[in-house]
Parts: sequence; C-alpha cells; structure tokens
Amino acid sequence: MSNDTLNPKVMPEEPEKATLEGKNKFLGFWFFLGGETVLFASLFGTFLALRNSTNGGPSSQELFGLDLVFIMTMLLLTSSLTSVVAIYQMKKNNFAKMQAWLAITVILGFGFLSLEIYEFYEYITLEDFTFRSSAFGSAFYTLVGFHGGHVLFGLLWILTLMIRNAKRGLNLYNAPKFYVASLYWHFIDVVWVFIFTVVYLMGVI
Amino acid sequence: MSTTIAQNRSFGAALWDYLTTVDHKKIGILYLVSGGFFFLLGGLEAMAIRIQLIKPANDFVSAGFYNQILTMHGTTMIFLAAMPLIFALMNAVVPLQIGARDVAFPFLNALGFWLFLAGGLILNASWFLGGAPDAGWTAYAPLSTTSPGHGVDFYVLGLQISGAGTLIAGINFLVTIVNMRAPGMTYMRMPLFTWTTFVVSALILFAFPALTVGLFLLMFDRLFGSGFFDASMGGNSVIWEHLFWIFGHPEVYILILPAFGVFSEILPVFSKKRLFGYTAMVFATVLIGFLGFMVWAHHMFTVGLGPAANSIFAVATMAIAVPTGIKIFNWLFTLWGGNITINTAMLYSLSFIPTFTIGGMTGVMLAAAAADYQFHDTYFVVAHFHYVIVGGVVFGIFAGLHYWWPRMFGKILDEKLGKLTFWTFFIGFHLTFFIQHFLGLMGMPRRYWTFLPDQGLDTGNLISTIGAFLMAFGTIVFVINVIVTSVKGEKVGGDPWDGRTLEWAIANPTPHYNFKQTPLVRGLDAFWIEKMDGRKEMTPAEPVDDIHMPNSSILPFIMALGLFIAGFGFIYQVDNSAWLAAVFIGMGILLGCMFIRSVKDDHGYHIHKEDLDKGAGL
Repeated sequence: MSNDTLNPKVMPEEPEKATLEGKNKFLGFWFFLGGETVLFASLFGTFLALRNSTNGGPSSQELFGLDLVFIMTMLLLTSSLTSVVAIYQMKKNNFAKMQAWLAITVILGFGFLSLEIYEFYEYITLEDFTFRSSAFGSAFYTLVGFHGGHVLFGLLWILTLMIRNAKRGLNLYNAPKFYVASLYWHFIDVVWVFIFTVVYLMGVI
Repeated sequence: MSTTIAQNRSFGAALWDYLTTVDHKKIGILYLVSGGFFFLLGGLEAMAIRIQLIKPANDFVSAGFYNQILTMHGTTMIFLAAMPLIFALMNAVVPLQIGARDVAFPFLNALGFWLFLAGGLILNASWFLGGAPDAGWTAYAPLSTTSPGHGVDFYVLGLQISGAGTLIAGINFLVTIVNMRAPGMTYMRMPLFTWTTFVVSALILFAFPALTVGLFLLMFDRLFGSGFFDASMGGNSVIWEHLFWIFGHPEVYILILPAFGVFSEILPVFSKKRLFGYTAMVFATVLIGFLGFMVWAHHMFTVGLGPAANSIFAVATMAIAVPTGIKIFNWLFTLWGGNITINTAMLYSLSFIPTFTIGGMTGVMLAAAAADYQFHDTYFVVAHFHYVIVGGVVFGIFAGLHYWWPRMFGKILDEKLGKLTFWTFFIGFHLTFFIQHFLGLMGMPRRYWTFLPDQGLDTGNLISTIGAFLMAFGTIVFVINVIVTSVKGEKVGGDPWDGRTLEWAIANPTPHYNFKQTPLVRGLDAFWIEKMDGRKEMTPAEPVDDIHMPNSSILPFIMALGLFIAGFGFIYQVDNSAWLAAVFIGMGILLGCMFIRSVKDDHGYHIHKEDLDKGAGL
C-alpha cells in the first residue's frame, strides 16, 4: 500500500475504518471481545458457584471493604472516559491531544493496578487468604486476577502504540490499532463493573 | 517480492516457504498433512482398542495403557484430526467460493495453524515422557485432578494451546466471510459450505472460551494447588462438567456442520440440479448452531440436576432433530429427478444420508432423559457418536477431499482406489459400530479395558474388531491413492466436475492471488449462471489492476514455538522450579514476537498488472 493512500491530505471521518485492513481489524476485534465475554462469563459462573465455599477460611464479608474498591472503580471508570476523549481527538485528527489523553488513561490504569496489587498483598499477608486456602480463594483470585492481567496487557499495549507512533503521527495504518486498543480498554472497564457488583457488592451483603 | 517462478526449488527453499507462508491455500495443505498424520495416529490407537477387545479377558495391552490409548484416541480424533481436516477444506475452498484473494487475517491464519500443531505435538509428546493422559477425552474431575504422573498435564497444556489456534481460525473466517465477499455475493448467494463455515466459526468463537476457562481451572488445580474441583477445599467437580460440555456440545456441531456443507456442494453438482430448498438449508444451519448451545446438559442427565433441568434439556435436544430432518429431506429432493453421476465423492454423500439418519435417531433415543439412565456410559453411546462422527464427519471429509482434490492439487484422485476405500471403509464402519448398539443395550459399559466370557458379548466384539480392520484397510488404500495420484495422476483443467460455484471458475493451478479480476456475482451458483449464459469465465467486477498481497512471515511459527517451550515449563515446574525458566523463556518469545508484530509495519506488497501476464504469482 503506497504512502499516499495511508496518509491522505484530508483524514476521513472514521480513520479506523477507512481501509479494508482497518475494517477487518475493527470487526475481528469485536468478535474477539465476544469470545472474551464468554471467557469472563465462565469465570463469573465458577465464582458464583464457589463464593461461599470458604473451607473455614475468611469469608467475603470478613475480607472486603468497599472504600478501596470504590477508589479503584473510580480510577478505572475515569480511564475509560479519558480513552473516549482520546478517540474523539483521533477522529478530529488531533494527534498530540490524543496522545495526551491516552497518557492520562495509562496513568489511571496503573493507579488501578497498583491498588489491586496492594489489595491482594493485604489479603495474603494480613488475612492469610490465598489462592490455595479455599475454593472461594481460588475462584476470587482467578476471576479478579484474570481481569488484572487484562489491565496490565492493555496498558503495555497502549504504551507500545503511543511510543511507536510518537514521531510519525496518525495515519490510516495506525488509526485502527489505536481504535481497537481503546475498544479493549472499554471492555476491561465493563468487566470491572460486573466484578464490582458480583464480587464486592454482593460479597459484603 | 518474488515475481519469478523458480523451476527447481531446493528442499530448504520449499520448507522455508511453508514455514513462513500466509497463503490460505498452502495453510490448507499444512492442515491437511498434519491433520492426516494425527488421523492415522488416532486410527492406530483405535486398532489397539479393538484388538484388546477382540476376545474376552484379553491382555493385549495393560489396563493402565488401555486408559491412555482410549483417552488419546478420542482427544486426537476430535481435536487433532477432525477439526484440522475440516480447517484444511475451509482454507482451501472458502476464500475461493466468496471470490476473495485471501482471508481477512493471513498472519493470524498461519498463527492458528502453528498453534494447533504445537498443541498436538505437546499432547503426543506425553507418550515418550512417562505416559499419556488417561482420564478420558472428557477429563472429568476429580479423576483428572487426581490422576498421577504428568499425563493429564499434557492434555491440559496441549489442548489449551491448540484451542487458542482454533479460536483464532474461527475469528479469521468470520471476518473473511463478512468483509471479503466479491461484489454481488450477498449472504443468500453464498454457497452452503461457506454458510456452514460461517456458522461454525461463530460456534467456535462462543464455545472455545468455555474450554479455555475449564482447562485453566484444571491446570490451576493440578499444577498450582487451587481447589476448584477439590471437595476437601470446598470445590465442586460438577463445574468442570458444565464448562466442558458448554464447549463440548457446540463442538460436535462444529464438526458436523462443515460436513453438511460439503454434501450440500457435492449433491447438486453430481445431480446437475440446484440445491433443493437453499433458503431452508441456510435457516436449518443457523438454527442447529443456535440450538447447539442450549443442550449441553444432555451429557449430564445422570449427574442429578433434577427432573426439571433434565426435561428442559431433553426437549431442547429433540428439537434439533427438526432442522436436521429438514436437511435430510432437502438432500433427498436435490437427488430427486436429477441426472446423477456416481463417483467416489458421490458414494460417500449417498451413504452419508442413511448412516447419519441412524445416528440421529439414536441421538433422539439418548435425548429421552429417563431412557438415558439405561443407555448412559454403555456401548450404545459409543455406537451413536461414531455413527454421527464417522458416518457424518469422516465421510464428509473423504467426500470433500475427493471433490476438491483437483482444486487443491490439480489432479483427480484415482477412482478405482477411491471406490475400494469407500466400500471397505463403509462396510467396515457398519460392521464395527452397528453391533455396538446391541452390545450397549446388553449392558456392556464403555471405556472398560476388558470383559468377561460367556455374557453374550463375545461374538459382537469379534465382529466389531473385524470391521475395524476393514476400516484400517480402507484408510491405507486411501493413503496409497494419494501417493499414486501425486506420482502418476494427470493434470486436469480448472473445472473437472462441471461445477456450479466460484472455486471452479479459476484455472488450474490456482494462482497465488486466486482471481486476476474480482468476479461479479449475479446469483446463487454464480459460475453456473455464467455457463448458462454461454460464457466460459466469470464476468469481472473490476479492470485488471495491481494486486495487493500480504507478506510472508516466520513470526507465527516462532510464536507457536514459544508456547511449545512454555508448555513444557508449566508441566515440569511442579517437579523442579528450575523449569520456570522455560516458562519465562517461552512466554518471553511469544510476547517478544507480539511486540515485533505490533511495532513493525507490514503493508504487504503489490503484484503489478504488467507482470500478471508474464505469469507472476502463479
């Protein structure tokens, strides 16, 4: 593909879907997220079946506090909003502002991840609640940990894209890449909303 | 940007070509070769099973080894033989049928293949490393969580890696079929094989993640001390059964629907009639795919889910007989009044109809939850699923290979040898499995390594084993046929069957870019319409222009290699934590490749229109 077609003088309205490759990435990624939905649904189902199987260890009511989780939720929800703004700037072909908003997204994401690691650390050291202490422990760390792993992967992905494209700006080759990364980030956010509800809110009742 | 044709390529160059290829036609051949290899391996395991059961109280193999070959026969045939062989046909045919130059994600297509192969090799490496998995292909917990040795670990890691490849392949075909169709190829003009590929890809997308999660949980229980299925830690082993069958039931439709698609292509061509009830066929395919997700608990009638759950799943299961029946009648009506040619592909298709109907009928019998308490875990079940999987899927693969061999390799498989394979395989199949219905009804349990004499099971088992030898003979003749055809067979034209669909509108051999000009599709059976209008070629939808092609890449192979190394690391780190190094190295290779893929631009290349006439890309 020649440089002119990928760097048009006037960027189209939806640069992420202007090429066939972009359209394919866009659709393929939506399908992938459909598969991810089943993956997390299976993990949620497993967690729901095992959430009271504490095996004499600490229960969710004893463990969970909503203060920390509330801060984490706010960080992640805000990061989702900032990634929307970044994509809004992308569609206006404003590369510098897009990078700035993505940077804020990444910082918020790392804030969330640090708090999650802190939370796990507290449970393991202070409460003696581990992956191996009960079926509830296994299910909790697996579900929340899978989400945390997704957050980490998303952060590294967005950072890679930002650094790789920092010097050359936006074109029709990398616009779909930014777009699907932001889709991924929204998906992670939606999963967290369910974790917040099913694991933590239902866990303290 | 190679535009010259090397006449005598060295072996190394050919090997490198296949290691780095992203061409769907070559990936189809890779799937065919490796799937065929695993099919022979699984067949060998089947023969060991049947020799062990040839007479009562036999000791051809030990009880422990019998568990291993039984487990590996099922796992190999489903995951490493049937699915890859179907992917071989899909890769070879679907892009051509929709008038595309390639799939949507050529790189991912290659990655999907290499991941499948890496997983299959890990699984089979277990034979040489202390014993294969021995908990059945369903790996029910707690049998699988407590099985000693590393056998089940190989099952978990092998299937996890090859499952990832399958998921990738599914997404690739979904996007290919939605986005890459030629102008005029509306959904209701797509050939049935493309339709079934489309529905099957959706099933893969929504079914495989459940297996992914199940395998992760099993891996955590076995290797990292979690307690999902361990009752002493509050775990619940029924969770595994649910996750496995939420994947496992759609899986059987993933296998059979493409076979339905194959027969729906072959029957019209050799009856010289359009497919009867095309719209109903599409509708039935989608409905079967949809209902396939609603019936997983019919594998669990005896678990004790309660009469309400059992009734609902029983009725939902019986409902699937309706769209399947629609298909059976449509195939019969396609034949009705047609100008029928009988060749090997057609023999498989014709024999499929009654064979599969028997399998479907026993399926409805098994769906009756109350009666299932009697059938459960007997040879009746074994007979049922071999009737649908061999009589449906394997017949479909053989038929498809005979039908599309000239498209894939430019030659027609030898008809005499083909018919010999068909008749021995067909008779052997019914000899092996028909009697097993009765063995099951007489109470012979499945998966046992032997049986006692004088319980009325002796003769039936002997007949069954004789049949298995006939099937093995037929399979060997097929392999000979492939060799004979590639050595002696004569090249044929692009359209040896007087075909109806787009893949036959291309010259032989298929050029690298498939279509010089994207064809214009004017209706169902697009090529047939042009022929009826007196044309010999498709009407082009565009002027001759430069053709954009994807670059080859070695990265998919290296990524699979990384996961292969990491897989062994995961398995052996419980014995010695030094093996964690293999985990980090393997995952490092994988993530490093993903990083390179992300930062290195890959724009593909163009074949210039001036070079097309000089034979570029042929």
